[in-house]
Amino acid sequence: MSDPVIQVENLYKNYGGVEALRGVSFAVQEGEVFGLLGPNGAGKTSTVEILEGMRTPDRGTARVCGLDPEKAGQQFKQKIGAVLQSTSLPDKLRVHEALELFANFYDRRADTEQLIKRFQLEEKRGAYYSHLSGGQKQRLALAMALVNDPEVVFLDEPTAGLDPQVRREIYDIIEGLKRDKKTVLLTTHYIEEAERLCDRVAIVDHGKVIALGTPRELKHSSAGTTRIEIRLARPMADGMLGRLEGVSDWRDFDGTYVLHSTKPPQTIVALVKHLETESNELQSLEMFSPTLEDVFIELTGRRLRD
Amino acid sequence: MRMRLALRNRAFFFFSILMPLIFLFSAATFFGRGGSRQEIAYVLGAILTVTVMGSFWGLSVQLVTFREQGILRRFRIAPITASAMLASSILSNYFLTLPIAVIEVVLCQYAFHLQSWGNLWAILILITLGSGAFAAFGLIVASVTNTMQETQMINNLIWMGFLFLSGATVPLAIFPGWLQRLALFIPATYLATGLESATTNLTGGTEIATDVIALALGLLVAFEISRQLFRWEPESKVPRRAKLWVLAAFLPFLLFGAWENISGTHLRHIRESYRLIGNRSMPAQMLQGNSNQ
Repeated sequence: MSDPVIQVENLYKNYGGVEALRGVSFAVQEGEVFGLLGPNGAGKTSTVEILEGMRTPDRGTARVCGLDPEKAGQQFKQKIGAVLQSTSLPDKLRVHEALELFANFYDRRADTEQLIKRFQLEEKRGAYYSHLSGGQKQRLALAMALVNDPEVVFLDEPTAGLDPQVRREIYDIIEGLKRDKKTVLLTTHYIEEAERLCDRVAIVDHGKVIALGTPRELKHSSAGTTRIEIRLARPMADGMLGRLEGVSDWRDFDGTYVLHSTKPPQTIVALVKHLETESNELQSLEMFSPTLEDVFIELTGRRLRD
Repeated sequence: MRMRLALRNRAFFFFSILMPLIFLFSAATFFGRGGSRQEIAYVLGAILTVTVMGSFWGLSVQLVTFREQGILRRFRIAPITASAMLASSILSNYFLTLPIAVIEVVLCQYAFHLQSWGNLWAILILITLGSGAFAAFGLIVASVTNTMQETQMINNLIWMGFLFLSGATVPLAIFPGWLQRLALFIPATYLATGLESATTNLTGGTEIATDVIALALGLLVAFEISRQLFRWEPESKVPRRAKLWVLAAFLPFLLFGAWENISGTHLRHIRESYRLIGNRSMPAQMLQGNSNQ
């Protein structure tokens, strides 16, 4: 296997007294879409911003294309493209002007008109930035990340705050990057985004990588359980759910009980029988195949968006 | 980009183009009625000074806005240095200021029938250096302030000093002696006296040279300090003691002020020019008194 394009070893970062990163390590191979999945404040953005050369780690090393992002300067910036989580453009800058302006900063330039077409911004070519919708702004941000035809693309929460339809449009674009064999580092707190787009995922929580692998590997590590979510008329007696047949793990999320079962039919039968004896009532029941959310719950005891 | 953005901004049209022209016509009409052509040329110098000093406000507010909105962050990940960002801001500001100054000079010439064009080379050099220096001062303020509110507060304080103590609005020669001496420590004084001398063409190149050198040094020092203090990120706050760097930007003018206070040459020229213009509103006693100091 060739040298990784992105190599992160034992990164530590403190902000005042807050430990944002506590020994993050991972490597991303060329042409791979790698996801950092975790809740807000997990350390995803700190990691990406260190890799973009925007922050200095307290300890540890980061390499992108064999370069130290902090020290390599302009040579490094020529190789990367990025969509930042919190950024903007001047209100009265037009779409094509933004692309042309940023393209002029680079030695290698993509055809900006092609980018406008590819990101479906033709109709908005001459529109001011302030007149774009959230989705159009994000498509422009993605197009701008590609004006230099970069070797590595960093996408920090590229779909945060967008409605589901726009999010799907962005997914299509990222899948396009995947087809183009771009190396992409993506941060997200959306499960479906990580599952759909990423070749490999690192689950990050409290500044640490707590699991790493392909989405399939991670889901299998969830012991092949099925997630059953139920709501009841009255709360269950403590520990009762854990004693039902097939239940390997259960948690209470504000009145919604989440059970992980290796034998879903037997678990449901046992549950219904028990509820009858207790004169309790089942208000809703939903079953899910294991997702990365289940992996996260198993590892942390919390939901991703808690 | 900055030039395009400015030209799309209504506030720029009002504050940078319309307002100086309104001042110019009001003042020139007022002084032109019964006054000499030299008085109008003197007013032109003052209006040019205010136009050039406007660079101070424009760039500081823009830089803080860009930083607060996260626009600078986007530039940060592109291969562009802080020096290039700042230099391009100063240059684009200059190319926006220069046509306005040209309009003012040409309008004054044709609307008020000035006897001469003044020392055009000196006017050009002073506008070039002044625009750069005042833009760099603005960039320093933008770098040492953490919010737009703070920027506007500090800008207003400095701006008032520039406007009223430099001779740009009130002729320096009618100030009390101690205030004239104090004015020699203010950067705007060198721009105002230089431009007023150049538009009236009452003093030779040697006298204007002091103003040119002061502004050139001011530009270099202010640019270097603004480069050192430049911040891309809204959350990277400036420590209080770094705000003292604003004072460092005034160092060349402190030195020039001290020198000019000892030699007295600059003040003599200012008083002499004002006397030659023949402003009748200046009490003879004050002129006499100031000349004796």
